[in-house]
Amino acid sequence: MAQQVPLAADLFTWPAEEPALIGGRSSDGKIVFPYRSHKLVGGVNEELERVELPRRGTLWTFTGQRFRPPSPPYAGDDTPKTFEPFAVGYVELPGALRVEARLTEADPDKLHIGQEMELRIVPFGTDADGNQTLIYAFAPVGAEEGHGDGSE
Amino acid sequence: MAPSDVAIIGTGLHPFGRYPGKSALEMGEDAVIEALADAGVEWSAIQALYAGSMEVKNPEAIVGLLGLTGVPGRAVFTGCATGATSLAMAANAIRLGDADIAIAIGLDKHPRGAFSDHPSVSGLPGWYGEAGLFLTTHFFGMKINRYMHDFGITPVTLARTAAKAFRNGAANPRAWRRTPMTEEQILESQYLNYPLTQYMYCSPDEGAAAVVLARADLASKYTDKPIYLRASTLFSRREGAFELLSPSLPLETAPSPTVFASQAAYEQAGIGPEDVDVAQLQDTDAGSEVIHLAENGFCKDGEQETLLAEGATEIGGKLPVNTDGGLLANGEPVGASGLRQIHELVTQLRGRAGDRQVAGNPRVGYAHLYGAPGTAAVTILST
Repeated sequence: MAQQVPLAADLFTWPAEEPALIGGRSSDGKIVFPYRSHKLVGGVNEELERVELPRRGTLWTFTGQRFRPPSPPYAGDDTPKTFEPFAVGYVELPGALRVEARLTEADPDKLHIGQEMELRIVPFGTDADGNQTLIYAFAPVGAEEGHGDGSE
Repeated sequence: MAPSDVAIIGTGLHPFGRYPGKSALEMGEDAVIEALADAGVEWSAIQALYAGSMEVKNPEAIVGLLGLTGVPGRAVFTGCATGATSLAMAANAIRLGDADIAIAIGLDKHPRGAFSDHPSVSGLPGWYGEAGLFLTTHFFGMKINRYMHDFGITPVTLARTAAKAFRNGAANPRAWRRTPMTEEQILESQYLNYPLTQYMYCSPDEGAAAVVLARADLASKYTDKPIYLRASTLFSRREGAFELLSPSLPLETAPSPTVFASQAAYEQAGIGPEDVDVAQLQDTDAGSEVIHLAENGFCKDGEQETLLAEGATEIGGKLPVNTDGGLLANGEPVGASGLRQIHELVTQLRGRAGDRQVAGNPRVGYAHLYGAPGTAAVTILST
């Protein structure tokens, strides 16, 4: 039976009761996302510590994506006919970084800078083995859960 | 000391637009022929060639069309900043004594629609593209949205910027988009990336441009109005800058590479923004032009709202910007776009711009480029 799988390894903890994005922390306290195993820090090639990023933050900026991204590389399940515009933004995760993500709310009139947002893991496409892929997104806090837990 | 040892003696343009059946190299050939005629030099006199293109892997193959003289020909590419790089490298070949006369060429022919590639070409993971995030366009929406929030810029200022571009395009017989549009039409067109609407964006297209440079002490042999290269800078992004194609950004922010390229260029030229008579600023979208006015030192953040209402950036204003219609009215063949800016500045500084000529004998021209993966370049020219 087809499974639900993250779009790529090391993006977020999965399966998990409370999934979180995975970052890499260097000895100077700086965090990178997406996670990578090593980075030059002060001339030293350091191994980074895997850390879970905060699940909540505030919307730093956003825009709407009104046209279907060129495919490839875009690998959504939609077609030019069924494509639904989506929103994308940077969410500031306190003490960590600002992460670029799709937003579950596509209407710019329902979004504003400074808005409280929380992480959702949402169904995205289908991989070569027929599994449903999952990606991370952020939803306004208080928005309905919908199919946001990937259990659709 | 200002590097005033290199002069531009001729420029040529193959107008930007759509040319079915004509190759990028053929457009480059036309631009070079025009630039050579403008400079009054023969093709065989060119001693160094730097050609930039995004779609043509070996743009230096243009020698096959122009004549196989054995000229050292090199391809250069730095994204949207390519034109500044080919110009700088041609100038450096002269400064190093490798050539007395050199040429910078840009040519491109893009398919319709937003640029697309595999994320690995920019050092990004495959999933970033699969998820629909490997796009430059949404960055521009996000950057201006935050900028408007921070500095009180309103959508009408974006519409004024685009309307000015199409007005200037209408006055430029070689522009691609020559139909003026009202601010209302621009504001009411569909959002491509909120808050940017369809007519606030430039489109990829086709075209070519070429610039002939010479040792300054030889320039008067070829032209009675040499235009001197006063500064040429390029910087990549620094940690914390809000740049395109960034899956994440650190909390601690840093200025855009444009700010560093601009400050270094003013220092190199020994002049300030108040000395600039005509400017070309990267206007991938109307928001970019608004932001770039401040990043290049022409105003403080937020002052654009009143400056544009007063018409400061119009051809008759105190700082005319994108006098040929910029990217918005000409589109962007990436390899050629920066040299189109140089062509327009030289045309203005020589007083040959016809209906769109900036009055009062402009002396100093300023060109700015910005693009993926977070690279900015500034060129300053003067009579």
